[in-house]
Amino acid sequence: MVYEKLKSELTGQYQRAWDSFGMLVLDVSLEQLLPLVNRLKDDFSFDLLLDITAVDYPERELRFDLVYHLFSSESRKRIRLKLCIAEDESQVPTVTRLYGSANYLEREVHEMYGVRFADNDDLRPILLYEGFEGHPLRKDYPMDLEQPLVDYRK
Amino acid sequence: MDYKSPVSSPLEHTADPNHVVVNVGPSHPATHGTIQVIAELDGETVIKADVHCGYLHRGFEKEAEHHTYHKVIPYTDRLNYCSALNNNFAYAETVEKLLGVELTPRCIWLRTLLSEYNRLADHVCCLAATVMELGAMTAFLYMMTIRDYIFEHLNHLTGARLTYSYVRIGGLANDLPEGWLERLEEILKFYEDYIERIHGLLDRNRIFIDRTRGVGAMTPEHALNWGYTGPILRSTGLDIDLRKDSPYLAYDQLEFDVPVGIQGDNYDRYYVRMREMDESVSMIRQCMKQLPGGPVSVANPGVTLPAKDKVYTQIHSLIHHFKLVSDGVKVPSGEVYTAHEAPNGELGFYLVSDGGSRPYKLHVRSPSFAHMGGMHTLLEGYQLADIIATFGSMNMIGGECDR
Amino acid sequence: MAMMEFVTTRKDELIGWVRKFSIFPYPFVTACCGMEFMSVASTLYDTDRFGAALPRFTPRQSDLLMVVGTITHKEAPVIKKVYDQMAEPKWVMAFGACATSGGFYRNYSVVQGIDKVIPVDIYIPGCPPRPEMVIDAIMKLQDKIAGERHPILPFEEQNPAKT
Repeated sequence: MVYEKLKSELTGQYQRAWDSFGMLVLDVSLEQLLPLVNRLKDDFSFDLLLDITAVDYPERELRFDLVYHLFSSESRKRIRLKLCIAEDESQVPTVTRLYGSANYLEREVHEMYGVRFADNDDLRPILLYEGFEGHPLRKDYPMDLEQPLVDYRK
Repeated sequence: MDYKSPVSSPLEHTADPNHVVVNVGPSHPATHGTIQVIAELDGETVIKADVHCGYLHRGFEKEAEHHTYHKVIPYTDRLNYCSALNNNFAYAETVEKLLGVELTPRCIWLRTLLSEYNRLADHVCCLAATVMELGAMTAFLYMMTIRDYIFEHLNHLTGARLTYSYVRIGGLANDLPEGWLERLEEILKFYEDYIERIHGLLDRNRIFIDRTRGVGAMTPEHALNWGYTGPILRSTGLDIDLRKDSPYLAYDQLEFDVPVGIQGDNYDRYYVRMREMDESVSMIRQCMKQLPGGPVSVANPGVTLPAKDKVYTQIHSLIHHFKLVSDGVKVPSGEVYTAHEAPNGELGFYLVSDGGSRPYKLHVRSPSFAHMGGMHTLLEGYQLADIIATFGSMNMIGGECDR
Repeated sequence: MAMMEFVTTRKDELIGWVRKFSIFPYPFVTACCGMEFMSVASTLYDTDRFGAALPRFTPRQSDLLMVVGTITHKEAPVIKKVYDQMAEPKWVMAFGACATSGGFYRNYSVVQGIDKVIPVDIYIPGCPPRPEMVIDAIMKLQDKIAGERHPILPFEEQNPAKT
């Protein structure tokens, strides 16, 4: 019932709603993302940001699919938000003002895929190191391209 | 010799010149792995802390995109290596959901039993490491003995002590051997005897309470904002538990309580874990009584390997075996997110498939990574020695945090 | 002359005997093998009986660097620094498949074996190795330490020791 309530009250703020194995998925566009997340957090108590990740489709024009997973502590339900962005999109809104956990998650998406989040000025590499060039989880980064920090012996 | 530093911290530039910037480096004796904390100290008090993880990033997601579904199973073992079976089962359930495979009842109950058994092992390991750093060597050695008996027992079942890879898509690798359940009962009795001694050593110990009460405390709103789940969230007072809210496997047929804490400090986290271990033991006993018979893997030839004697005698079993091993299981295209209640929190797998035999994208929502994101808020304002205590009670497992 | 050689070989044996039974390990624990290391150091499989129990968590005071677990490229400068900070005599043990050769990770972030970065004396295979294998490795390392030559007199320099 929670999902029905969500779908009916939020019509117009998302593009498409569908069901994925028992979880509601909302497809949104770039401008609809931040108002929708605000609305979900304030009115429907989706106060735990579980995860931010991205999927790479190199042959598409809008190359990346950003995926957000949210959890509501009141109704104990999860929801997924998906949006498509281009490779050099620079106006992806950041949700670090709303959720503290978004810090690490956005840093990871940035260094793995190269997605820039506007207003987030702390996009240092987190799982990789300073001096690593390239974005490893893109499909065109070869798996064994190593960039060693220490010179090898012999 | 010039060493390139792999991280850069803004603290080097923004710190007050009267304060000392100290590096609690990636190789430190809190044996839970590689985390670097760059802390700005004023005397003994931590003013600001900067937590750097990523020293164990082993490229799990990139490896998963290049291997078939069965070959990914050993990689999932090494995520949360203290309780490898939980990761295995969460991953297998994700793939099975996309495939649309129904598990046999014996498999479901066995998976529940083994999940709880591994939860026991993980909590024992976490508490052992935490109290060792506070100086309680006796409790550490007692808990290591329990853990070793559990490892040997699981070695009898799966063939390995630590990284089992016991699950297969659609079932398990093999059924229980003779005498396994009797030995399980012996280990549970042994566990209860030892845990009584540890309760006596630590629960009302003046030094332990002074070191852990009030340290690293957080409110439920703070915990939700920074992404905490699992025993840490439950120690703040909320009873959010995936096994009760959206039950998976056989949890809806088991009776158990969800322990919650009061203040969300280190002592509460220790006590919530001790109570959860007792609940796990009672759940294991219920599973042992209600374990049904029957086959352990589903009989779907597109998913399960056929029995070895048939492979050597019948030609179509041989062909099945060959296709399954070389090409792998073919999963229809779609996407799914499944979450399990791992001993650390909510462990989720997000799988995107394009219809082939390799995942297009496999993402792990790991609890330890989110916990590390909020950890600097728990260190600021406390003393340098409290970093070790708080860090131990977070149970950060390096393999899970950095994947 | 033969008397001198008798004395110097006995001296080498004495130094080897003293060193092999008082190893101070520095467990550089990173990953899953760390759990097996904790098991080895505990009561059921004990390293204390070999004299190698007390871990010195500082490189200045230890002689055996046990690299336990996967070393990634981000961690490599750290391990090089720790190795350089140790004082002679020092030995390195590569514990586990990931430290020996990168394990089954062949990608952009794992160093394919720590002997690309520091010299290694003994390798332990296994993922993770059983505690008995670790004890076997410690005993083999003890044999290696006992067999080293320590030339201090001029006539010993003819066959310089490879420490």
